[in-house]
This record gives sequence, structure tokens and C-alpha cells, in this order.
Amino acid sequence: MGEPGTKEVLSLDQLDAVAGLRTGRKHILSILVENKPGVLTRITGLFARRGFNIDTLAVGPTDDEKISRITLTLDGAVHPIDQVTKQLHKLINVLKIRDLEPVETLARELALFKVNADGAARAEVMQICEIFRAKVVDVTKRSVVVEITGDCDKVDAFEALVRPFGLIEMARTGEIAISRGRSET
Amino acid sequence: MRAVDALMECLKAEGVDVVFGLPGGANLPTYDAFYEAGIKHILVRHEAGGGHAAEGYAKATGKVGVSMATSGPGATNLVTPICDAMMDSVPVVFITGQVRTELLGTDGFQEADTIGITMPIVKHSFMIQHPLELPRTIHEAFHIARTGRPGPVVVDLPQDLSRADIPYEPVDDVHLPGYQPTTDGNQKQIRLAAKALANSRRPVIYAGGGVISANAAAELTELASVDRLPVTCTVMGLGGFPAPHPQWLGMLGMHGTRTANYAMDEADLIVAIGARFDDRITGKLSEFAPRAKFIHIDVDPAEISKNVPAHIPIVGDAKNIIPRLTAEYRALSADPGRLEEWWSRIRLWQERHPLVYADSTDSEIKPQYMVQALYEATGGDAVVVSDVGQHQMWTAQYFHFAKPRRWINSGGLGTMGFGLPAAMGAKVGCPDDTVVCIAGDGSVQMNAQELATCAQEGIAIKVFIMNNGYLGMVRQWQELFWDKRYSQVDMGQHPDFVKLAEAYGATGIRLTDKRTLVSDMKAALATDGPVVVDVRVTREENTYPMIAPGQAARDMVG
Repeated sequence: MGEPGTKEVLSLDQLDAVAGLRTGRKHILSILVENKPGVLTRITGLFARRGFNIDTLAVGPTDDEKISRITLTLDGAVHPIDQVTKQLHKLINVLKIRDLEPVETLARELALFKVNADGAARAEVMQICEIFRAKVVDVTKRSVVVEITGDCDKVDAFEALVRPFGLIEMARTGEIAISRGRSET
Repeated sequence: MRAVDALMECLKAEGVDVVFGLPGGANLPTYDAFYEAGIKHILVRHEAGGGHAAEGYAKATGKVGVSMATSGPGATNLVTPICDAMMDSVPVVFITGQVRTELLGTDGFQEADTIGITMPIVKHSFMIQHPLELPRTIHEAFHIARTGRPGPVVVDLPQDLSRADIPYEPVDDVHLPGYQPTTDGNQKQIRLAAKALANSRRPVIYAGGGVISANAAAELTELASVDRLPVTCTVMGLGGFPAPHPQWLGMLGMHGTRTANYAMDEADLIVAIGARFDDRITGKLSEFAPRAKFIHIDVDPAEISKNVPAHIPIVGDAKNIIPRLTAEYRALSADPGRLEEWWSRIRLWQERHPLVYADSTDSEIKPQYMVQALYEATGGDAVVVSDVGQHQMWTAQYFHFAKPRRWINSGGLGTMGFGLPAAMGAKVGCPDDTVVCIAGDGSVQMNAQELATCAQEGIAIKVFIMNNGYLGMVRQWQELFWDKRYSQVDMGQHPDFVKLAEAYGATGIRLTDKRTLVSDMKAALATDGPVVVDVRVTREENTYPMIAPGQAARDMVG
């Protein structure tokens, strides 16, 4: 039998307080999984039912065709992350998990921005692109599409700068990551 | 040979001697293979009954249970037993039929996404994609179900693949690179734990169902006996320590003894073994065992520090770890005298707060007395399977379990309807033991159809219904927390359980008199075949003591 609760009606603030556990730094988990049907569902399902919140998720092949790499980022204090990785380890198809140390990690994402750029604004947008080493990949009379790679913070910064010109839309892949140095991630 | 014949060979290789199931369109080929496979099959009346029977079999014998159903509704009827097995870590392999591969995803007749539906509640699941995968997959399923922290594994087998002709070669290895449970236990951590124990002045061993799963009851008793360590068990762990016993504090948790809960509250060191700090144990988490350090031994690393941070975590199999902990602890020759003060405090609680109830002075049967009478009638020598509700808690309190695997119940999921079919499975697994089911009049009706299975197969379980005409636990909570507004809990006296039993081909008996209860129960136990005993008990009786929800252990009521 579940809890009887109390006769008092719960306020929405109280419910929010219970849900508000997301604190601490960003974590990047690099997860090697068997390349089998339904594996991604098992992982996302686990996150959903344990109440873990994924910020970004990227899936792709590795050098071994039987193994895929899932890179996901999530926000949290160290303790929940520990519980996340332990729960992930229980999935039979999960082979290896690394909670990547920020200083030892190269993280990149790809983003596409469609920005208003007519008249004088165009030169300014192009200038920002140059500073960020972003590439213009499509141009119309009134807009440009820009491709940019970098870590999440760089892409965020770029977004903040071009937004005032009129951000029509944007698409981001979420970070993928690999460890620095000779040893495997 | 046909893939389904290979399936039978795999089951035999895994030592399966019985399957609980029900055929249908999508698993017709499998059932054709049963025809001459030489594996006993029990035809249940509802797939849920088969699933719980496989659980009862697994819990009573320690072997992997097997349950089968067809696709669609057959598989969805297994959802509750699968979830139940997940929550209580019961090793069961569920093999479901699936529609032909060409129909997959087309909303074919009796098609359901069994893998998708069960994904959150399985230890693992397999969809057979090619008939050649079948033998290895079956062995992997058994391996996963049985090892590490046990649990349910679902194998979904499309009908066309099951008819394929495949070369069969016995498989004697498994290939699961992502599954390597840690069973050893770190020696350094074990040494640390032994030192902490030797230094503690108010230790408590808190043992859960993991001790039963690991077959580590004898090892636990040995550890406790080094210098009189007090022991309490969860509802899943009962039988893991031989009750009654001078070091036995009784069960802990919501309806545990005051002694056990107070001891947890004042302990300076708690040794959790195969237990998971469920909310029914901790009560208000922030006030749980505020003075204690925790040693946490569990085969599942995700349980460690999930709810309560462990100071000394030890990941591994209790059967490996406990003897090594005992040896390390013994080598330290701690002074047993340091526990004198602790024991006198515990004795004081035991004297002041024994389990009590106001017994009737006439013929009325109090539910607590009913459990005591059954303990007396069986001499404590029985496999006791309970359903879910007040009767479950009273049985946990008043029936003393001296050995492991003699107490079977649905603890984590709290599944009403678990008891009767689980008792059936336990009896099939332990045909020479007396198997009794204690059920409520509410819960027994949720799988009463399996009485037909028992009658047909001659599965001689003795079902004692604690009949108060209420959904008793809900009524109790309405009484205590919702101003006695009894909403939808009165079940009246329906059905007539004596007639129901007789209709199914079982013996039906009604007992209403306390004065002859023990001898009447003995007579019922001595009756051949399945027996249903309708015991009329006090209608409004509450299960006490109790940690009210959200309260701390020291604030127990009743």
C-alpha cells in the first residue's frame, strides 16, 4: 500500500521543492554499449524512471562495429551521478562508463545557427563568426547559416552574441568527448 | 531439430524440472515440444498465477523458476509477477510467445510489445531475432537470472522463429561482456568492517532478503554468535536468523518490534547485509539511526549509499563475505563485555515492549491469535507463504521462522494475489513439506482460480484465509489517518469460501471458535489434497506496533 499522504492539499511549491535536486557541476558520461537493438531505449528508460535528467545525448559508432559510444551530459551533484553510473552499470548491454574529468577531457559539439543578417548586420555577424572560427555554410539576402564546433560553453557564447541579430533557429548535436593523452577513454 | 525442441534441451540442461504456464496461439510450437519433452508442465488458470507460482518455486527451492505465456494478453498478464520478481530479486525466466516476425509492428492479432512493456521491470530481456540465437540466449537468460543480484529475465520468442529447423549443439558458456557481478568482497574493506565491529559498543546486524538469496543464513548466525551481536531482519530476511533466539530482536521497520526499531535508533554501528534501506525500514529518512555508522554489504553496488550513505561499503556475495568478516572479527578478540550495557538496554525494551494484543475472552478469534495457533498447529515446521496485507504483517510478527526459505511473501511490490499461486509453486518445489498459505479474504480472491490447478494436479497446499470481510490494511489506514472514513473497503462475506473451495474440487472448512482452533487447524493440515480454511476473525483489528508513515522509528505507536 502506498503512502496515505495527509488530508492537507499539497501546494505546487511543495511539489517543486521535492523535485529541485539538480545542483552541482555538469558531468559528461562516456558510455560504451553493445551495438544491439533497444540499448538506447534501456538507457533513456532508466533515466526517465529514476528521475535523472539528460541535458544532451549523442550516439555514434566506435572503432569496433559491435560497440557504440553514447556521450551524455547531465547536471548534478556528485552523489546522484554516482547513483546514475551504478544504475547504468546494471544494464547488461552497458560495457564501460567513464565520468570524464573536465580537465582531462576534450569535448566538442557541432551546432548550426540560422541568423538574420541583412544590410549592416551581415558584416557584424561575419566578424563574430571569424572570431569564433565559425563557418558560413549558406547565405540568402536576409540570412546566413553558420556552422560552429567547440565545447558547450563556446557554442553558448556564440549563441549569446548572435541572438540580438535575430536567431531564426538553431540545431546542436550535444557534446561528444574523448580523454586527452594516449590511454583509452 | 525444431528451435522449440532445442529450447526443451536447454531447459533440461539448466536443470529445469517444472514450468508453470498457459499456451496460446503464439507459443503453440513450444507447447507442441512439451508434448514429449519430459519436462513437467503445470497448466495454470491465469498467467499471473503461473508467474507467481514460478516465484514461489524459486523462493522455496533457490532454483530458477520458469513461467511461460503466449503473446499479447498472455504476456501482459505476466507484468505483475515480473515486477514482483524484480522488486524482491527472485530468479525467474519468463518465456513469452510473440507474433510472427512479419507481423511485428503491424498491430497483429495478440501482438503486444512485450520487451517494451517489461523493460523497466526486468533484470534483462531478450527478443529472439534469429532461431540460431535461441540456445545461447536461453542459457544467458538463466545465468543472468541466477547470478549476482537475482532477478527476472524475459525471453520473447516469435512464433515463426520457434518453428525453424536448427542444428542444436549444447552451449556450455555464456558471453556477456557487460555483465560481471562482483561477488568477492574487498578484503581491506572486510578488515575495516571487522575493526569497526570490534570497536562498536551498540552494534546491530540488519539483515535483508539478500541473506536468503545468498544462502548465507548459517554464516550470518555464525557471525552473530562471535560475541552476542543483536540481529534484526527485514520482512524479506525473516528466516535468515533462527527465531526465536536470545539475540533475536524481531523484525524491524513499519510493523517491526519496538526493540528492533529502538535498537536501530540508538545503535552506533549498523551492519546491513543484503538489505536496501527501504522506506518501510527507515521511516523518516533524516531521522533514521542518527547515531550510527553503516557497514553495507550487498552484491548490487547500486544499493550501496542509494538511500543511506555507507561508511564501509562492501560489494559482493554475502556467502563469501560473512565468513571472512567473522574470521577477521574473531581474530581481533574484542571484549564481549563491552556489549553488556547495550544488552541490558535491549533487554529492558524487550521486557517493556513485547508484541502484545488484547486477546478475546470468549470464542472470538483474534487475527494475531490465528497466527499463533497456526504456529502451534504446524509446530513451526512448514513453508509459510503469505499474501499481502494485515495478515502478512501479523504472520511476520507472530510466526517464528527458524530456517531460511520457509517464509515466502511479496515484500517490495506488495502484490495482493501473490500468496495462493506462490504457495502452489512452493509446494511443487518442496512436495514433502507442509506448505501453508496465509491469505486475506481480499487478496486470496485475486488469484483464487489456481485452486483449480491445485485440485487437478493434487498440489496439497493448505490455505488459511484470515477473513475479516475487509481490505483490512486500507481500513486500518483510513481509521488512523483519514478520520475513519471507510471508503470502499468493506467486502462483506463474499464469496462463501467453503463452497468456492468445493466448487474447485478442494476441501473447504470454516472455523469460528477460538477454543478449538489449534486442533481444528491440525485436522485441516492432516486433510489430503488442497484445503481452504475460512477463519472468521475480529473484523476491526489493527496491526501494531507501527511507525506511522513519515515518522521516525522512536515515535512508534500502538
